[in-house]
Amino acid sequence: MLTNFKRILKFAGNDFSRNRGNNAAAIFVLVIPILLATSLFLFQGLSQSVISQIQSKMDVTAFFKEDVAEEDILAVRDELLRVSSEVKSIQYVSKEKALQDFIDRHKDNPDFMQALAEVGVNPFLASLNILTDQPHQYEKVSAFLESGPFSELIEKVDYSQKKDTIEKFSNISSSINKFGFILGGVLFLIAILVVFNTIKLSIDNSKDEITAMRLVGASNWFIRGPFIIQGMICGFIAFLICLIVSGVAAYFLSPKIEILAPGFSIFSYFISNLGIIALIQIGFGVGLGVLAGFILVRSYLKV
Amino acid sequence: MIKFQNVTKTYPPDTTVLNNVSFEIKLGEFVSIVGKSGAGKTTLIRLLLGLEKPTSGQILFKETNILHKKRSQLQELRQKIGVIYQDYKLLGHKTVYENIAYVMAVKGEKDEKIKKEVANILEITGLSAKADNFPNELSGGEQQRLAVARAIVNQPDVIVADEPTGNLDPYNTYEVISLLNKFHETGKTVIFASHNKEIINKLGKRVITLEEGKVIRDDKKGRFIL
Ligand SMILES: Nc1ncnc2c1ncn2[C@@H]1O[C@H](COP(=O)(O)OP(=O)(O)O)[C@@H](O)[C@H]1O
Ligand SMILES: [Mg+2]
Repeated sequence: MLTNFKRILKFAGNDFSRNRGNNAAAIFVLVIPILLATSLFLFQGLSQSVISQIQSKMDVTAFFKEDVAEEDILAVRDELLRVSSEVKSIQYVSKEKALQDFIDRHKDNPDFMQALAEVGVNPFLASLNILTDQPHQYEKVSAFLESGPFSELIEKVDYSQKKDTIEKFSNISSSINKFGFILGGVLFLIAILVVFNTIKLSIDNSKDEITAMRLVGASNWFIRGPFIIQGMICGFIAFLICLIVSGVAAYFLSPKIEILAPGFSIFSYFISNLGIIALIQIGFGVGLGVLAGFILVRSYLKV
Repeated sequence: MIKFQNVTKTYPPDTTVLNNVSFEIKLGEFVSIVGKSGAGKTTLIRLLLGLEKPTSGQILFKETNILHKKRSQLQELRQKIGVIYQDYKLLGHKTVYENIAYVMAVKGEKDEKIKKEVANILEITGLSAKADNFPNELSGGEQQRLAVARAIVNQPDVIVADEPTGNLDPYNTYEVISLLNKFHETGKTVIFASHNKEIINKLGKRVITLEEGKVIRDDKKGRFIL
């Protein structure tokens, strides 16, 4: 058993070194589906990050009427937190805090300061700023505030203006995702066909050899083993190439992508997911190489 | 040892190559199977190795019906019969040395034994200098000698030679025949298919004559009569 395995390895090594041209072609075509799978993974990470960034910028703000007392507002806050599991956090902003925020933000702008001075009193309303876990929950929260038991206290709910932007973005991102996956899937299928075809050309070369091996009494595994191991070697080399290529690409594309998606570094994402990426690449490389060897040799093992 | 019982082989749609063929070959016999080109000699050998299935009839090897053998058992059978194929069936991507070592590896022989025996058989067949060449770098005669070397290196009980002298000059022909003879003298069974009248007559051994798919003669000390 062990002797056989050692021999199969030795045959594989010999055949691999004698078959460099075909193996180089096989490695080259194996690189394509691996890189495709890797890009899909990275793209997934990118879009996830963009979505969560935009989600974190979404909120619902309820402005309270001028005459509502602070305790009442805080009571509404506590009640909201108690009844709704969808609410992640609520921040209370008093009239004074709102004024201070405005001044901090616009202190360098004389026009705004001038306007504020002309008003004379604090024109801001106290508000509750509400964050939820999921974007679609904003609608519910906003409807609850507008028509629920507290509607009497509330001047207005600031959600609908942001609603359009939010919906537009989720539509775009889900169609990009869908399109990306369909396109990726089609390209991936084509790449696999190319892989099988290239490896088939190489194995076709050994058609008579495989028959002759059957004629002298070699078992299927004794014949198939070296081909499968060659597929494994090709897949592994393709994996190494892809790991380097995708790492280098992520490094150089990182600044450009950061312009599109601020706060997302594709290179850091690559590094922090290195284990999964390597697993995906080895899986596709070695898996495809082995599978192609297995299936294609089988068709010549008839006699 | 080998028994053909009423074996008929018809290729679709209606090419009957062997027609109700029966004979028995005993352990240690040297049997020539003769007949014109197309008489069915190669088909008969392919049937014996389970490379083709007979349309009807039974084929026994050492009392077991080869038609009932599983794929893995057929491979064991093929290890036990050394065959020199008419078209050699060499391993084109392996060197001369590796071609011979391969059949020993298939049989599971130890590395030291393989090294020793391959060197020995290369010496006997005069291929030592070509050990690292590939089959397509050999002359026709050298390829044939390699096929012989590969067939006998495992010391099988039976050796089957399908026109092993077909492409050889008289000198190489003599060499191959004397190798087969030597093999026979060690108690092994030899099946020798040929359409070469001169060689068969010189052998003076049992001759089974095929014509149009039928056994028309089976002579103890036969001659090539057609
Ligand atoms: N696979 C096949 N399909 C159809 N006819 C075949 C096939 N193999 C051999 N034959 C026919 O069988 C006949 C006998 O062939 P063969 O056994 O090779 O003869 P021999 O070896 O005596 O020259 C020939 O007429 C050949 O054309
Ligand atoms: Mg023939």
